[in-house]
Amino acid sequence: MSASRMGPVSTPVLDLDEVIANRSTRVIVCCGAGGVGKTTTAAALGLRAAEQGRQVVVLTIDPARRLAQSMGLDALDNTPRRVAGVDTSRGGSLDAMMLDMKRTFDEVVLAHSSPERAKVILENPFYQSLSSSFAGTQEYMAMEKLGQLRAQDRWDLIVVDTPPSRSALDFLDAPKRLGSFLDGRFIRIIMGGAKTGGRAYLKVIGAGLGAMTAVLTKVLGAQVLKDLQAFIAALDTMFGGFRERADSTYRLLQASGTSFVVVATPERDALREASYFVERLGEEQMPLAGLVLNRVHTTGAAALSAARATAGAETLSDSGEHPVAAGILRMHAERMRLIEKEQSLRGRFTAAHPRVPVVDVPAQPGDVHDLDGLRIIGAALADGAR
Amino acid sequence: MVSRESDWEGVRLHVVTGKGGTGKTTVAAALALALAGEGRRTLLVEVEGRQGIAQLFDCPPLPYEERKVAVGPGGGDVYALAVDAEDALMEYLEMFYRLGRAGRGLRRIGAIDFATTIAPGTRDVLLTGKVYEAVRRKHGGQPVYDAVVLDAPPTGRITRFLGVNAEVAGLAKVGPIRSQADSIMGLMRSPMTAVHVVTLLEEMPVQETADAVGELTAAGLPVGGIVVNGVRAPMLKQTDLAAAVKGRLDRDLVAKGLDAAGVGVPATAVDALLAGAAEHAERVALEKSERRTLKALHRPMYELPLLVEGIDLGGLYVMAEQLCRQGMA
Repeated sequence: MSASRMGPVSTPVLDLDEVIANRSTRVIVCCGAGGVGKTTTAAALGLRAAEQGRQVVVLTIDPARRLAQSMGLDALDNTPRRVAGVDTSRGGSLDAMMLDMKRTFDEVVLAHSSPERAKVILENPFYQSLSSSFAGTQEYMAMEKLGQLRAQDRWDLIVVDTPPSRSALDFLDAPKRLGSFLDGRFIRIIMGGAKTGGRAYLKVIGAGLGAMTAVLTKVLGAQVLKDLQAFIAALDTMFGGFRERADSTYRLLQASGTSFVVVATPERDALREASYFVERLGEEQMPLAGLVLNRVHTTGAAALSAARATAGAETLSDSGEHPVAAGILRMHAERMRLIEKEQSLRGRFTAAHPRVPVVDVPAQPGDVHDLDGLRIIGAALADGAR
Repeated sequence: MVSRESDWEGVRLHVVTGKGGTGKTTVAAALALALAGEGRRTLLVEVEGRQGIAQLFDCPPLPYEERKVAVGPGGGDVYALAVDAEDALMEYLEMFYRLGRAGRGLRRIGAIDFATTIAPGTRDVLLTGKVYEAVRRKHGGQPVYDAVVLDAPPTGRITRFLGVNAEVAGLAKVGPIRSQADSIMGLMRSPMTAVHVVTLLEEMPVQETADAVGELTAAGLPVGGIVVNGVRAPMLKQTDLAAAVKGRLDRDLVAKGLDAAGVGVPATAVDALLAGAAEHAERVALEKSERRTLKALHRPMYELPLLVEGIDLGGLYVMAEQLCRQGMA
């Protein structure tokens, strides 16, 4: 049987140049497991789109220091800044920003409450820890920032890098969680009698309420409960706006102008996470452009198998001649085994998701930390379609 | 098998962190195996809901319950636990407050959901709380586990994760939560804990390792060893590597060598092989400078070889033996 009859030849190729050339693409979201090159992919896509004439802003969450520096992002000021060194001859531009979650949260508070109320919120100890140090806030704030950037309408393409979450899916779930929390009874119960508008509702809960407050006081301690109540009371007027924006950002993600790019490396865990993500995006009816497979190993000498290379290296070692050629053959054997493993993992993914377009980005010898490096990645991202 | 004393005598809680993709789960599992010497019992804990342990040990998904998953090369038992924040909260409420039906009521009104998802700091409090409980648990006056190995969140979040109870202590000035938080921080900052960082010899993981060591130290958390994963031996002599980097290997000589090896390849393939050699040499040079950066952190270092075919149970034992031999266990 020929290889072409066996191989998954029908797997579609992801054409990212087409995605960025399409003017109706307004948002590209790069998501995937931690450590697979999401930030680099987002930056490379943004740069390529800018140099092809789009007005682009890249929202990064946690870029590697040198990559951030190369984009002029040393100052973390939560505002998009123009990236220097970009070829603007086709009329495009590139801005970039790094998310500062506390600052984003503060801005939300300031924008949606009176100065006195904002002051109470910003000084509450619950607010301070929620906004600056508790994990999970980052997801909300990334979504919030995305909504803000979209609303400003200064760019025709926003490329978003997603937070290094516990699970890649947190990014999708965060806004929904916020919604269900706001719908929940918990808020009202913790507010107890402090909330006059909830009187009628409280009667419905009836006798259970007193017991519940007692339990909460017992577990949290009276002082914690008091701080928490003060925090929620102060935030109360903002909750409506919060929820509305979380919902509208969620709808934005489902809109046809959005493209999700799932990023992975040819490794078991990263591809498993990518599979989950592809399935979830399908369930949520979020538009998936395809899979970027980073750090794929290749060789120009594929005809020389690992077994033959190893045998050849042994022959040379036995004779004691040609140590360099022997070393090169061993290197090649190792690379061929790696390629074989990567291709088998890739094959499993494409077998499970035959309609998901894939583009391979060859492994680079070093890390990417300048615009030229990003251009090389950008070209590779587009190269699959050629 | 153990040829020297462990570098971490007295440590009961081994926290294993690392940048995503460096293999911290694998290293944590190998360390749990390595620490399971004769007559000893170790517990491997995961807290990120990924069921990474079950996949490594090739067993069904772990419930919220400690299960024996392997026997260490030294004959001891390795138990595993996947901590779930919701279950941990219910257990905690039951244990400390005997809530019974009221506890279930909390779940119904969404308080449990609030605590474990909306207020995500609580999640970390619960997860670290469970780890604390496992470390401190005693049976007949003896600790149930000789060592607990935590497959912890990645370097970017580790200091916040381990320090979350200091955060809580700032919020709750008195009361039961405060005293629990203080006890947990006491353990985390004691010599009974060591936070090991897993890295690859690549720029970003090494940078994150250096950052994490700095942050952990500043937070008063005890930094353990640095585990360099995926180490590959250079395949050429130093002088040949230097030549390869510059593209100055003798092409004719290499071609002759390939002929002598009986692998006749077309000219283009010779060029591809030489390009491969240049890449290899470039990587070796990069690794050398990364290793220097790591050494400057002045922490004990352990090295694990790259297992090209991926990690299976056999591979875990190979890694465990390496860790024992190098004194990590």
